[in-house]
Amino acid sequence: MTEPVLDIRGLTKSFGALVVSDGIDLSLNPGEIHAVIGPNGAGKTTLIAQICGALAPDAGTIRLKGQDVTALPTRARARMGLARTFQISALAMEDTVLQNALLGALGAAGNPWRLFRPVLSDRALRARAEAALDRVGLLEKAAMRTADLSHGERRQLEVAVALTLEPAAFVMDEPMAGLGAEGGQKMTALLDTLRHEAPILLVEHDMDAVFALADRISVLVYGKVIASGPPDAIRADAAVRDAYLGEEA
Amino acid sequence: MVNAALVAALVGVPLWAHVAGEPFTITLATRAVIFALAAVGLNLALGLGGLVSLGHAVFFGIGGYAMGILAFHAQNYLPMFPETLAIEGTKSMPVIWLVAVIASALAALVIGLLSLRTAGVYFIMITLAFGQMFYYFTISWSAYGGEDGLSIWVRNGFPGLNTLDPIQFYGLCFTLLCGALWLSHRIARSPFGLMLNAARQVPHRVETVGLDGQRAKLVVFVISGAITGLAGALFADLNRFVSPTMFSWHMSGEIMIFVILGGVARLFGPVAGAVLFVAMEHVLGDLSDYWHIYLGALLLGIVLFARGGVVGLLAGRAKSHD
Amino acid sequence: MSAILIVEQVLNGLQFGVMLFLMAAGLTLIFGVMGLINLAHGSLYMVGAFVAATVAGLTGSFLLALAAAMAAAAMAGAVIEMTVIRRLYHTDHLDQVLATFALILIFSEGTRAIFGSFPLYLDAPALLSGPVTLPLGIEYPRYRLALIAAGLLVALGLWLLIAKTRIGIQIRAGKNDREMIAALGVDIRTLYTFVFALGAALAGLAGALVGAIQSVQVGMGEPVLILAFVVIVIGGIGSIKGAFVGALIVGLTDTLGGIFLPEFFKLFMEPASATQIGASLSSMAIYLLMAAVLIWRPTGLYGVRA
Ligand SMILES: Nc1ncnc2c1ncn2[C@@H]1O[C@H](COP(=O)(O)OP(=O)(O)OP(=O)(O)O)[C@@H](O)[C@H]1O
Ligand SMILES: [Mg+2]
Repeated sequence: MTEPVLDIRGLTKSFGALVVSDGIDLSLNPGEIHAVIGPNGAGKTTLIAQICGALAPDAGTIRLKGQDVTALPTRARARMGLARTFQISALAMEDTVLQNALLGALGAAGNPWRLFRPVLSDRALRARAEAALDRVGLLEKAAMRTADLSHGERRQLEVAVALTLEPAAFVMDEPMAGLGAEGGQKMTALLDTLRHEAPILLVEHDMDAVFALADRISVLVYGKVIASGPPDAIRADAAVRDAYLGEEA
Repeated sequence: MVNAALVAALVGVPLWAHVAGEPFTITLATRAVIFALAAVGLNLALGLGGLVSLGHAVFFGIGGYAMGILAFHAQNYLPMFPETLAIEGTKSMPVIWLVAVIASALAALVIGLLSLRTAGVYFIMITLAFGQMFYYFTISWSAYGGEDGLSIWVRNGFPGLNTLDPIQFYGLCFTLLCGALWLSHRIARSPFGLMLNAARQVPHRVETVGLDGQRAKLVVFVISGAITGLAGALFADLNRFVSPTMFSWHMSGEIMIFVILGGVARLFGPVAGAVLFVAMEHVLGDLSDYWHIYLGALLLGIVLFARGGVVGLLAGRAKSHD
Repeated sequence: MSAILIVEQVLNGLQFGVMLFLMAAGLTLIFGVMGLINLAHGSLYMVGAFVAATVAGLTGSFLLALAAAMAAAAMAGAVIEMTVIRRLYHTDHLDQVLATFALILIFSEGTRAIFGSFPLYLDAPALLSGPVTLPLGIEYPRYRLALIAAGLLVALGLWLLIAKTRIGIQIRAGKNDREMIAALGVDIRTLYTFVFALGAALAGLAGALVGAIQSVQVGMGEPVLILAFVVIVIGGIGSIKGAFVGALIVGLTDTLGGIFLPEFFKLFMEPASATQIGASLSSMAIYLLMAAVLIWRPTGLYGVRA
């Protein structure tokens, strides 16, 4: 039995009276895609924010590769191999697509304090950034201003930046949103291969993608995990149908 | 295009003035070039780092007082810290510059460490307040002239040059400006510049890839302060005079105006802005005692209607960081 | 050093503090509700002082002068809000700084063009001139005491306005949520103009009141503006309570520091250098205080924490 890459125990967080994480237990094992689904406002993004260190939980622990990272800042968790993609794109809009990917590569290389040598002349950095862009299908648009990308392309760039990090685990917040049918299929195919490089904690509303990809699914409602298990079990779960899947039908 | 014209003017006009025997024009050009240098410093923090510092007069003033104090001790043959260290003053520009750069960098480090604990409006107010602190401190510091400031009798020297000759001093200042421009150009394109650029736009992204955006801002603030400090030392040498007004918040505001008039985050923006400011000051100042009204109106117009500044207007909506 | 001197200085500090509060309250209100940093707030203070001096010179009535100062500053505030400031709500802080700095240039030079560079003088009303004898036999200027009372009264009025009135509810709602207040059916433009004019009137009042103990001149608002910023940084942006506490702290520190620091250094230094160092340090005291607050609480004493 291999130990989980990410292990979350009793995670609790409230905003005033609103409990957004209610004793959440969750793990991410090597090689798997673990999907977290749930209705709008269920607390999925706030869960990710706590996992990645953007938000401090009120209680509970977060372990990354066996080490307790609950008190570590975002930066340190990233260096330990945690890669996050944002639901609302967090990209430098004034910069080019390549520059955004280079930022990730720079983070992975960990030597950003060079003040004089042009970043574009660093071949290793460029190669890493371009390879990531290529994998999400954005290489031809490398020179474009990020602000000029379509919504779907920005989602792809988000994933590309995470790819440059070559992380130990991915934490992705709705990477399919706004991709359209064809883009969604490509992204699904990409994530499918990605799980062998690093496991993915996947928050996603696109149920086709979730059921096609996930090895395990956890259902979050009002900050609580109400069900967790393989896709078939979740599909059959009455509580889930009630609380969540019922809404969609 | 605009940049080339600007450089041509900065080289051509003083040379013409030299040949035509118009030293006053050279002095005006020197003033513009020094202001430009101060603004190039601020533009690094403001344009690249997004740090709206309303206290850059601190560094300008520290540079000025570095020159003033060192030259004051040298001209009066009074050693500094007579009981302990007994350091002689100096009249040598390179030494003065070095002291100015180090002192203003240190001040920027301390101010930056404190004010970068906050962001947004707090940052603006705090940098402004620290500027005021230095202003009142120099006023109360009677050993170096207090409110009246310090006069230096003869311009400081540079090995191999006659700095009393306006065109030679201009050449020195212009060279330093070119150096600072080259430096900002390199920084903007470096890995550090990339990180800073992103930290300005999406700070949480930078953290998420494992980089320290706050520290990047601190570093650029220090570099920025050091460059503005160097400009302060030159300005003091141009006037052979330093006073607390170098620390005044109007000075901070003006340095920022140079950047904005020209165009934020454009390499040559601060240069264009400083040249325009000095030209307006000279031409409008002759026409009216109240020329700041026109400056205010122009500034208001640029903020409300022409975000790219003058360079932006002339160069069209071309990409910045030219 | 006598107890009398100490009481006197504490009163001076309070007087300075409540005047700073009048400035800081407007600034912090404008920032809290509209998210705007207004450097031109000092110009409105100056407008108040100049109008008061002029009206007092013409009519001889101090009360009329005060009313005119507040009205003029409120008008000036409403006009710049409607012409310039309104365009800045949705821009970044840099634009706000620049545009309001431009307004300072225009106001200052415009005033200089109208009134010249010589200071004007405004006399305190006869009723309030001369000293008053306090308990312990302390003599203190009646007018300064009146300033403290006036400042506290305004603070109380402002608190009542914000806590108890309909418009106060709207202001508090506007602070939290612009959409929400629009949904309440309040005309947000009018509300913003009102808040800005209210802040301006407070600044104008402060300028007029202080104008009677200082000379009235161009640029008089700027040192006060920057101190008001220090007050806000210490108190926490957007918090009226913070502005009040911060203003008293800054007022007292500044006044008492100037007196006590030189005395303090005299305890273990020769008088000449003690005076020198004490004076230098006291000129920096409030900024050092600000730095300390920043280290301790980056968002101020009553600021919302991120
Ligand atoms: N900083 C905050 N302060 C107060 N409430 C917050 C804060 N951030 C989020 N919330 C609330 O917490 C709840 C959970 O938000 P969250 O963004 O995690 O939902 P989500 O599951 O990601 O929803 P979606 O599917 O729409 O992305 C929501 O009701 C939201 O309004
Ligand atoms: Mg979400």
